[in-house]
Amino acid sequence: MIIGNHKESYASDEAIFRTPATRAWMGIAAVAALVFPFVAGDYLLYLANLMAVLALGALGLNILIGFTGQISLGHAAFMGVGAYATAILASRFGLPFWISIPAGGALATGAGMVVGAPSLRIKGLYLAIATLSAQVIFEWIFTNWTSVTGGIRGLNVAPASIAGFRLDTDERIYFLIVGVTVVHFLLATNLRRSRWGRAFVAVRDRDVAAEIVGVNLFRTKILAFMVSSYYAGIAGGLWVYFTKVVTPETFPLSLSIQFLAIVIVGGLGSIKGTVYGTVFMTLVPELLKAGTGLARVVWPTAQSYLFPLRDVVFGLLIVVFLIFEPHGLAEVWNRVKRFFSLWPFEK
Amino acid sequence: MTRRAVIGALRITRIHAPRNQHGKERMTGRPVGESEDRDILSVEGLSLSFGGLAALTLVDLSVRAGSVTGIIGPNGAGKTSLLNCISGFYRPQRGRVTFDGKDVTRVAPDRRAGLGIGRTFQNVALFEGMSVLDNVKLGAHTRLSSGILSTMAFTPSARREELRLREEVENEVLDFLEIEHLRHRTVGSLAYGLQKRVDLARALAMRPRILLLDEPVAGMNEEETEDMARFILDVREERGVTIVLIEHDMGVVMDLCDRIAVLSFGERIALGSPDEIRRDPEVIRAYLGEEAA
Ligand SMILES: Nc1ncnc2c1ncn2[C@@H]1O[C@H](COP(=O)(O)OP(=O)(O)OP(=O)(O)O)[C@@H](O)[C@H]1O
Ligand SMILES: [Mg+2]
Repeated sequence: MIIGNHKESYASDEAIFRTPATRAWMGIAAVAALVFPFVAGDYLLYLANLMAVLALGALGLNILIGFTGQISLGHAAFMGVGAYATAILASRFGLPFWISIPAGGALATGAGMVVGAPSLRIKGLYLAIATLSAQVIFEWIFTNWTSVTGGIRGLNVAPASIAGFRLDTDERIYFLIVGVTVVHFLLATNLRRSRWGRAFVAVRDRDVAAEIVGVNLFRTKILAFMVSSYYAGIAGGLWVYFTKVVTPETFPLSLSIQFLAIVIVGGLGSIKGTVYGTVFMTLVPELLKAGTGLARVVWPTAQSYLFPLRDVVFGLLIVVFLIFEPHGLAEVWNRVKRFFSLWPFEK
Repeated sequence: MTRRAVIGALRITRIHAPRNQHGKERMTGRPVGESEDRDILSVEGLSLSFGGLAALTLVDLSVRAGSVTGIIGPNGAGKTSLLNCISGFYRPQRGRVTFDGKDVTRVAPDRRAGLGIGRTFQNVALFEGMSVLDNVKLGAHTRLSSGILSTMAFTPSARREELRLREEVENEVLDFLEIEHLRHRTVGSLAYGLQKRVDLARALAMRPRILLLDEPVAGMNEEETEDMARFILDVREERGVTIVLIEHDMGVVMDLCDRIAVLSFGERIALGSPDEIRRDPEVIRAYLGEEAA
């Protein structure tokens, strides 16, 4: 609450981390993130890297769907564009990661601009279909433009290195991946509370009113597509240095669906929710995998039956959340916080 | 025609004493900004039809800078359609809209906003999931210049711009309309009367040169109506904003307006001062039907 009309109080009211409690929690989280790779085992470290890449990509989709209300079923394809551009620049031209990753992001931005161009005229289901066809077309290019993409064998990439220091273990690459992801989460937070973030949400909430206050619908929608696919492209670039290989199967339609599930389960339009959604949607299949491992003891062919269950579970979760908790885990979390309101959580 | 309009027509001579007094006090000071002897907006020969239905037929209207112009008429007369042609949502089949000497007939609505045409809606059109503050800030969208990259990086200039906007919005709009205590409330959770006020707040944040108000007091109780009427007069007097308003509440129209245009079945059947309109036989006929005339 603001008492008096002090400049300082507006400034603090407009700050990202508003309360001392939030700032304290953020400090604790930062320290934990820095210590994590030194104490976590290989498996947890792998999961952390995977989740950081997915969260970054999902955040891009959340900006598109959650902020501006434009659906996309082709998000994985933009990640693929970024990944291939990064891999080609790194492996063919020997460029360092700090050039190849941003370049991948830039190319994905361009792809997003092209695919987003019809968004002024088409909405909802039609936009879903248009982006779906982008997914199919890009996948086809990744597979068939063999001279550039290496076809189904894909491309191998040497580990990222900076000043002779090779980021060739999960532990080392962790700092690059998590660092880039954290920075991009902060950028998105700034975006959300800026004139452009407001314009994005205005277009979603009521496009007629957005126009009346001077928001250019076309420009804003395209911009959202560009930011969204930029995020996907950067995530793709990080993926390249995480796995050191890209193949067309890395960016299938099912990954686009997975992003969609993360965003819906986490909370449409919620930046924090993107993290919750990613963690949840990554751990669910891991638990399923562990489950099938156990089942194999008594039922040797379990895997072939239970593996496709993953997609079923994803689909089910999307439907369940859309029906019962359209604001996603972010809202569930808010309720938990309210329940424990005695704790020193942010208000 | 609704009962309300009939009652409004019959109440034509009713005068709200306090508001009128207030109005007179203010009337002596000349509005800031716009001079009064110049047309800021003119509509010439405007025709608009939807399929076979003529919503507007050859409508002419000119609005003096700094004046309050009322548009009245029975339901379905084409009042909102006229406003939509002025703000750019409808493209008239014929005719011309000139704003500040510039032909804007083919200019897109978002560009007209940038030129200084502000607007509120008959059934508030707010961004319901956003806070009051964000809604109002959106009104200033075209007056801000930070690009998307600098807002993401939150550069010093983007930060300065955002803080300046916040101060300006607080002082010029939220304080003025007495909604500063609601700044962090979600708009969808507010009562209708307050939502209408936020709608006006958003339009004011545009710092418009002309404000188009579509039934600003519809659905309000007596007290809210008085408040809104006072705000409208203050906007005109203190900021020199030209006002065009559609209203069914004849008390408000007669009190606030310098000139009134009457629409009936898409045609402008009368134009004049409140006194002239009150006595115009054609207006009385349009409101009360043939049998009463
Ligand atoms: N988008 C549209 N499509 C089809 N017909 C329309 C459209 N907008 C308005 N009309 C028609 O044009 C006519 C004028 O409507 P308009 O909304 O301008 O009336 P109004 O004077 O504002 O009425 P009210 O007092 O009820 O608000 C009506 O017959 C209406 O049905
Ligand atoms: Mg109307």
